[in-house]
Amino acid sequence: MKRAAFTNRWLPILLLVPQISIIGIFFYWPAIHALRSSFYLQDPFGFSETFVGFANYASLFNSASYGRAAIFTVSFTLLVTILSLGIALLLAVKADKVVRGAKTYRTLLMWVYAVAPPVAGVMGLILFNQSWGPISDLFKSLGWDFALGVNYYDTAFAMVLISVWKQIPVNFIFFLSGLQSIPKSVREAAMIDNRSAAGRFWDVTFPLLAPTGFFLLITNITYSLFDTFGIIDTVVKGEPGNNPMTLVYKVYVDGFRGNDLGGSSAQSVVLMVLVLAMTVFQFRLVERRIHYT
Amino acid sequence: MNTEIVTQSAPRARIKLSLVFDHGILILGAAFLILPVLMLLQMSTMPDLFNMKNGPSFAIGDQLDENFRKAMFEADGFSGENTGVQMLWNSLILGLGFAAGKIVLGMMAAYAIVYFRMRFATFAFWIIFTTLLLPLEVRILPSYEIVQQLGMLNTYQGLIIPLIASATATFFFRQYFRSIPEELVEAARIDGAGPFKFFIDILVPLSRTMIAAMFIIMFVYGWNQYLWPTMITTDEDMFTLVRGIKQIRQSLEGTSLPEYGRANMLALIAILPPVLIVIFFQSWFVKGLTESDK
Repeated sequence: MKRAAFTNRWLPILLLVPQISIIGIFFYWPAIHALRSSFYLQDPFGFSETFVGFANYASLFNSASYGRAAIFTVSFTLLVTILSLGIALLLAVKADKVVRGAKTYRTLLMWVYAVAPPVAGVMGLILFNQSWGPISDLFKSLGWDFALGVNYYDTAFAMVLISVWKQIPVNFIFFLSGLQSIPKSVREAAMIDNRSAAGRFWDVTFPLLAPTGFFLLITNITYSLFDTFGIIDTVVKGEPGNNPMTLVYKVYVDGFRGNDLGGSSAQSVVLMVLVLAMTVFQFRLVERRIHYT
Repeated sequence: MNTEIVTQSAPRARIKLSLVFDHGILILGAAFLILPVLMLLQMSTMPDLFNMKNGPSFAIGDQLDENFRKAMFEADGFSGENTGVQMLWNSLILGLGFAAGKIVLGMMAAYAIVYFRMRFATFAFWIIFTTLLLPLEVRILPSYEIVQQLGMLNTYQGLIIPLIASATATFFFRQYFRSIPEELVEAARIDGAGPFKFFIDILVPLSRTMIAAMFIIMFVYGWNQYLWPTMITTDEDMFTLVRGIKQIRQSLEGTSLPEYGRANMLALIAILPPVLIVIFFQSWFVKGLTESDK
C-alpha cells in the first residue's frame, strides 16, 4: 500500500469483488472439495459415500503403482530440469558472446516457447515411430531396438527428450537476459583479473546468474510436474497401462478413467501439500541466500 | 623474423576457431529446435500413402494446399462441426478471452491493493496470492464437478473463467504499480483527480508496455491450454485446435489410411498464431517474462 492512498470505502471492495468471487468459486471451492472427498469413499456411480478417514491416503502410500509414479516423477523432473537448464545455459552463453547474428539466434532459439505441449508430443510420436521414425531409425542402427509405448524406459526416454526440447527456450530467454544485464564494468574488471574464459565464467558470471538460476530451477520443477501433461498424454496415447506417468497425470487417470474419486482427491491433496512446501522453501531460501541486484 | 609472424598470427587464428565453435553450437541448438517442425511441414506436402510407408523424408510433394484445404474445411469427428476454421475460432476466443479477463481483473485487484487504505488489505492479499501456488491441474477433478454443477460444460465461460482463477496477472501488476513513484498519485490528488480519473488517465496509460507484454504471455498460455479444454468440451464445435490434437492423434491410429498430411497440417496451424506473436513481439514478450516473473 502506498502512503498517499485513496480513502474511498466501497470502491476498493468493488474492484476486488470480481477477482475474489472467481477465485472463491473456481479455486477455493474445488480445493476444499478435494480435501473433503479425500476422506470419503464414493461408489463408482456417485450415489453414496462413506466417511473413511485416512483410508484413501493409507491405500495410496501402500500402492505399488503410486510409488512407481512417484519415483518416475522425481527422476523425470531431475532429468528434464538438469538437461534443459544445462543446454539452455550453454546456448545463452554462446549467444551472449557472438556479436554477429545475435538477434537472429535469439529469434531462432525462443519461438518453441509458443508450441503447445501436445503438439510437441505429436512430433515425438513421429520421430520415435517404430517402423520409420528418424530417431528410432538412428537408434536401430546403433543396435537399440527402440519401442515407444511398449518398453517402459524407451517411453520415459522419449518423454524426457520432448519435455527438454519444449523447455529449452524459456530457460534460454532468462539466462540470456540475465547475462545481458551484467554491467559492462564488471565484465571488464573480470577480463583484467582473470585471463581464462572458463575461470571468468565460474568466478564472475555464474554467481551473478544465481538468482536467475534459482528462479529457473523452481520454474522447471513446476513445468516438469504440471505442464508436461499434454506431452505425456499424447505420448502414452491415453493408454496408461504399463507406461511411465507423473503424479499429476495419475490424478487425472485415476479420477477420470478409474472413477476412483476418493483416491484421486487424496492424490490431489498430497500434491497440494508438496507444492506448498516447495513454495515455502523457495521463499525462505530466496530471502536468505540469494541477493537480487 | 619468422617467429614474430607466428606469434602474431597464432592468437588471431585461435579466436577465429573459437568463434566457429560458438556459432557451431548455436546452429546445432537452433537446428535441434527447428527440425521437428520442418518435418511436420515436409510430411504435409506428401501423399498419405507415402507417409504411411516411409515416414518423414527429404522429398517435397505437391499435397500442401490439398492438406491445408482438408485441415481447415473438412471435419474429422462425428458431428462434422470440428473443422479447422471452427477450432481456430474457438482457440482465438479462448486465448483472447483469457488474456483480456486476466488483465482486467488483475489490474482492478492490484489497483485496490496498492492504492487504497482498507481494513482487510492483508487478508485480501493472502486470499488472492495463495492461488499462485496451486495450478488447475492439481484440483482438476473437483473443478470439473463444479463447472458441471453450474451447467457450464461446453460453454466459452466454462472454458475461460476457471482458468482465470489464479492471481498471476494481479501479482505482476501489483509489483509494477509499487514501482511507480508516489509523487504521481500525490500530484494527481492535489490536482483534484479522483480514484477513477487517476486509474484511467494516469495508471493505465503508464502501464501500456506492461499490459502488452502480459497480453502476449497470457494469450499464448490460454491458446496452448490442453487438459482443461479436453475435459470440459465434448461438443465437437467447441474444440480448440490444441484440444483437437487429441483427435488428430486418435485418427492416426485408425485402421484406415492414417492422414499424416492433414494431421500435421492441423498441428502446424495450431502452433502458427502463438509462434508468430512471440516472434513479432519478442521484445515485449521477453520484457514481460523476465521483468515480471521474478
